[in-house]
Amino acid sequence: MKDKRFKVAHKEAKIGIALVIFNFIWWFGFAYGLGSGDPAHYNYIFGLPEWFFYSCVLGFIVIGILVILAVKFLFSDVPFEDEEESGERT
Amino acid sequence: MNWGVIFPLLLFLIVIFLIGFWANKFVKSTDSFLQEYFLGGRQLGGFVLAMTMIATYGSASSFIGGPGVAYTRGLGWVLLSMAQLSTGYFVLMVLGKKFAIMARQYKAITLIDFLKERYQSHAVVIISAVSIIVFLFSAMAAQWVGGARLIESLTGLSYTSALFIFAVSVLVYVIIGGFRAVALTDAVQGVIMFIGTAVLLVATIIAGGGIPNIMADLVAENPNLVSPYGAARDLTPLYVSSFWILVGVGVVGLPQITVRAMSYKNSKAMHKAIVIGTLVIGFIMLGMHLIGVFARPILPGIEVGDTVMPTLTLKVLPPLLAGLVLAAPMAAIMSTVDSLLILVSSAITKDIYLNYINPNASEEQVKRTSFWVTTIIGVSVVLFALSPPDLLIWLNLFSFGGLESVFIWPVVFGLYWSKGNKYGAISSMIIGMGSYIMFDRLLPNALGMHTVVLPIFLSLIAYVIVSLISHKSIRTKKAIDF
Repeated sequence: MKDKRFKVAHKEAKIGIALVIFNFIWWFGFAYGLGSGDPAHYNYIFGLPEWFFYSCVLGFIVIGILVILAVKFLFSDVPFEDEEESGERT
Repeated sequence: MNWGVIFPLLLFLIVIFLIGFWANKFVKSTDSFLQEYFLGGRQLGGFVLAMTMIATYGSASSFIGGPGVAYTRGLGWVLLSMAQLSTGYFVLMVLGKKFAIMARQYKAITLIDFLKERYQSHAVVIISAVSIIVFLFSAMAAQWVGGARLIESLTGLSYTSALFIFAVSVLVYVIIGGFRAVALTDAVQGVIMFIGTAVLLVATIIAGGGIPNIMADLVAENPNLVSPYGAARDLTPLYVSSFWILVGVGVVGLPQITVRAMSYKNSKAMHKAIVIGTLVIGFIMLGMHLIGVFARPILPGIEVGDTVMPTLTLKVLPPLLAGLVLAAPMAAIMSTVDSLLILVSSAITKDIYLNYINPNASEEQVKRTSFWVTTIIGVSVVLFALSPPDLLIWLNLFSFGGLESVFIWPVVFGLYWSKGNKYGAISSMIIGMGSYIMFDRLLPNALGMHTVVLPIFLSLIAYVIVSLISHKSIRTKKAIDF
């Protein structure tokens, strides 16, 4: 027997991996892409250095939104109990 | 003594106590003591689940040690700590539904139960139990030390009496209430951590005269404080990135986190926990570490990093609010210790006593053993913490790395790779732990990365190679459907 719920679980695990890779690239790219120059000549956004704002603050917001969207549109409900065990309550 | 500060702290302790007594009702009335005491009857909803993960994960180092290091190193350390954002979603998405379903099929109550059923091997059980006991014991000691130091600095009590007050309050609710008490108090503690971070962040920015002002002060002192390379330009991109393994994705291997992935009620709870967890963890990590950096112009010249956060709070907030904010690190510490305590206790009671010492124990015997084991471990950790080691944050991270090197592959491949078998798991655990201890002693920054990276890599290779070589020669007792 092939458990259909595992297909869902495998898909969702892959989404997790994809998100973490995207998160890392965003974080790394902005931090070292914008932050490598001389700190005396940084640009500032809302008082924070540009690299920090994009990498850590905006990055947090972007990932937060992606997580919400992923859970809302890509994740599906499955029962955790097996059929024959559904009578078991703790 | 500053009663304005102490009052909110006391109130907080009382609330936590009441939850412990309330949870004790469930422990008393349940017909399955083990499920209830060690897993809260698998009934956690989304909010409680998210908060208990955050509170367990956010420890003394996030509230005391972390801001202290950020104070000395600047924004580079905040960048590093943001690797933890991924913990909020990654663990639950990867372990996710598969772990919950398999754990229910196996009727597993602890992580070790899961590994035992999956690999059908006594060696796996024993290595797991030993590493959980050893590593989590040292992690608990580090947390006690942090908690006692905090109370010491706030109340002026001696270190020993501070430790005693702190220990008794945690021990009581864990021993009587079990996992449900731990999870529920974690929820309260998580909320306090969140509010505390928000209040202190705003107050710090105001005290520093606004962010642009604070940044200008930092640049005037040392421009590298606002660079991603750290004040001394010693944080290399490779080193900082390697923390993604330690505090980001590697967290999948931490037993105190994985056990929570077996405790949720249904998929809805899990979905909710992913969203809340990500947002709250991101906010706390970003906020607390930024506070550490922002504190620098406000409180110049602090020598001991661990005192930055309490000193700052007392300086920038009125007493009652300071008490509320300082309940946050206390909450963080308590909620970490309580989870570790219940986990070590489950490893001894469930995985060692019930598996090897007295397999036919009656419900009453199991109950008594659990209470005694929890009490004895709790008390002995306190004794250990009486003469405390110095660097809190590193002791704590030591246990993180050790557990991750041991557990990450047996758990992940145990879930997702049908060819993975006990020989792979055993060799990966031994090589993971052995090489972690070796690298930690001999080459802590091998190739410029955090110690944990190479052991995790080596244990991956061991798992895959050994499993591939041996998978034809063994037949698994139970066919597992992948």
